[in-house]
Amino acid sequence: MSFLTGSWRPRPRVAVIGVPFVWLSIFFLLPFLLVFRISLAQMDGALVSPLLTLSDGVLTLQLHLASFIQLITDDLYIATYFVSVKYALVTASFCLLFGYPFAYFMARSERRWQPALLMGVMLPFWTSFLIRVYAWKSLLEPNGWVGAPIHALGIDEVLAFLGMIPSPDQLMYSPFSLVLGMVYTYLPFMVLPLYATLSRMDLRLIEAAQDLGATPWQAFWRITVPLSRSGIVAGFMLVFIPCVGEYVIPELLGGPETLMIGRVLWDEFFSNNDWPMASTVAVVMILVIIVPLAIFGRNQVQAQEG
Amino acid sequence: MSTSFPIPDDPGFLQIKEVVKDFGPVRAVDSVSLDIARGEIFALLGSSGCGKTTLLRMLAGFETPTSGQIILNGHDLSGLEPYRRPINMMFQSYALFPHLSVWDNIAFGLRRDGLPKDEIAARVESMLRLVKLEKFGKRKPHQLSGGQQQRVALARSLVKRPQLLLLDEPLGALDKKLREETQIELVNIIKDVGVTCVMVTHDQEEAMTMADRIGVMDEGVLLQVDVPNELYETPNSRFVADFIGNVNLMEGVVVDDQPSSVTIECADCVHYVGHGITGHVGLPVTVALRPEKIYLSREEPEGEHNRVQGVVEEMSYFGSYSVYFLRLPSGAKLKVSEENDLRLRESKPTWDDTVWASWPPSAQVVLTH
Repeated sequence: MSFLTGSWRPRPRVAVIGVPFVWLSIFFLLPFLLVFRISLAQMDGALVSPLLTLSDGVLTLQLHLASFIQLITDDLYIATYFVSVKYALVTASFCLLFGYPFAYFMARSERRWQPALLMGVMLPFWTSFLIRVYAWKSLLEPNGWVGAPIHALGIDEVLAFLGMIPSPDQLMYSPFSLVLGMVYTYLPFMVLPLYATLSRMDLRLIEAAQDLGATPWQAFWRITVPLSRSGIVAGFMLVFIPCVGEYVIPELLGGPETLMIGRVLWDEFFSNNDWPMASTVAVVMILVIIVPLAIFGRNQVQAQEG
Repeated sequence: MSTSFPIPDDPGFLQIKEVVKDFGPVRAVDSVSLDIARGEIFALLGSSGCGKTTLLRMLAGFETPTSGQIILNGHDLSGLEPYRRPINMMFQSYALFPHLSVWDNIAFGLRRDGLPKDEIAARVESMLRLVKLEKFGKRKPHQLSGGQQQRVALARSLVKRPQLLLLDEPLGALDKKLREETQIELVNIIKDVGVTCVMVTHDQEEAMTMADRIGVMDEGVLLQVDVPNELYETPNSRFVADFIGNVNLMEGVVVDDQPSSVTIECADCVHYVGHGITGHVGLPVTVALRPEKIYLSREEPEGEHNRVQGVVEEMSYFGSYSVYFLRLPSGAKLKVSEENDLRLRESKPTWDDTVWASWPPSAQVVLTH
């Protein structure tokens, strides 16, 4: 009972860990519980039904699982989750594909150029995200700055053949324009953690690999890539997670076949006014993201200890 | 330690011919020529920035010489990439791959050569036995002590049976006590394997202990190449005399030049040196005198040469020997080290004593440049 006498003080370690813990509890765990609670209710007119009711001395707990049942039985939701995860994975993969060489050459360029290059990566953030995404609409017009060269080089034929665009003359409102927009928007989130890992790497390890008979290409795959794993994972997660729930970019650049979960959520809340269904969609989305993350995190820890 | 260097059967196994390396306006290595014999352990000794590491990196192939040639076992190495040279290097602070186990670190080079799996296993195991790390194959480098990491690095650089082994400050990352033990162990392993070895170090003790021959470098120039004791006893320049061990350097002028002796007048004393030099009367020279070759006494020594009177200004006790600094009449200091062979020497000089220092005519080295 020492804290009653006033002699109790939090130990520094507890305080340091406690601050983010309390922050996450208030701003993440508590809202999540509220959403979870709504997902187990049903609409009562304009209100959400209470879970606990006390009438005639009987305390009743009512958990409505209708939303969850509907989510499982109605193909729309499952299909939309699938589409969301698919486009998030494709986006993160393209970001890695373009971001890795970018970060690599940035980290290996002369020290005095690196701040300028880093600035270049972050420069787009100075313009409103909405304007930048909107700009793609005119860029991808058939006679736009990007649309015209794509057509001139015949790339649109290839994209149409791959089913990425509905027809060669229409680049917008397609899986192509959606992925393009998301890759464009999220590329810096891939480049920055990769750059951080690659620029810290000990270059003598590459020399050691070459000294032992590895060609530059082998040294890259055997040493550089494995040692930048933490950067790859961080970048992939930073792109993948927000992409799963992305709403604005699919709205502006996506087409009918790119219905993603963010749009479904919006519709349930604001068109159907079905809060429990919307909450259910949100809860399941968090599970879709957190479960693979948790499994991955455990593997990471085991790999480091082993 | 290894001064009895046997006559080599292939003295030109590694030939460095007038190698120059410029970094922009800076000449890091200035026309170095050097032959190293098969099976020899050769040390490049110098302070940091003297060009020794650049020379080593040119051998490994990480730097390209501006001009000159490097020939190993009759083959010109110019233009050959590092990964195609039959040379392996043990890097300073080892550069072990942190994401690979000890076993995989050692196997890395063999795998690049595409050797069959069972041969790789056999060679890695035998290397682990050689460096006494059989039980540590599964560990990651960060789970090893400094000395163990050093042995992994050695195993990794030996496992491909290179024609030439390069060591970059091999013991620099170890503490003093461990370093002394490891020096001898390292030499034994290298001699057992029989590989030709070029090492780079700034530590003269390390070079003396480990190398058959030493090359002293300064400002990109190879000043002197010799076996350790010759380097110590007959340095050919002020820099080498000063760099290897302790020395008193006295400026003087030749006053008498005989075929088998020479007399040199310095500020505080007259040196009589018992061997001839290539010089003439009036030539300004530097006389190098090692502190341990000087005797101290209270009584005036006989003769007129090779003696000087001074006042003990400082003294330090090091256990097996003591070091005295005498202030000479001209104001110069003379460093003298005396062995403490008797437990209590009655006449042991102490602070502010006026004593005589003397040395035999064979003690000095006369440096003409």
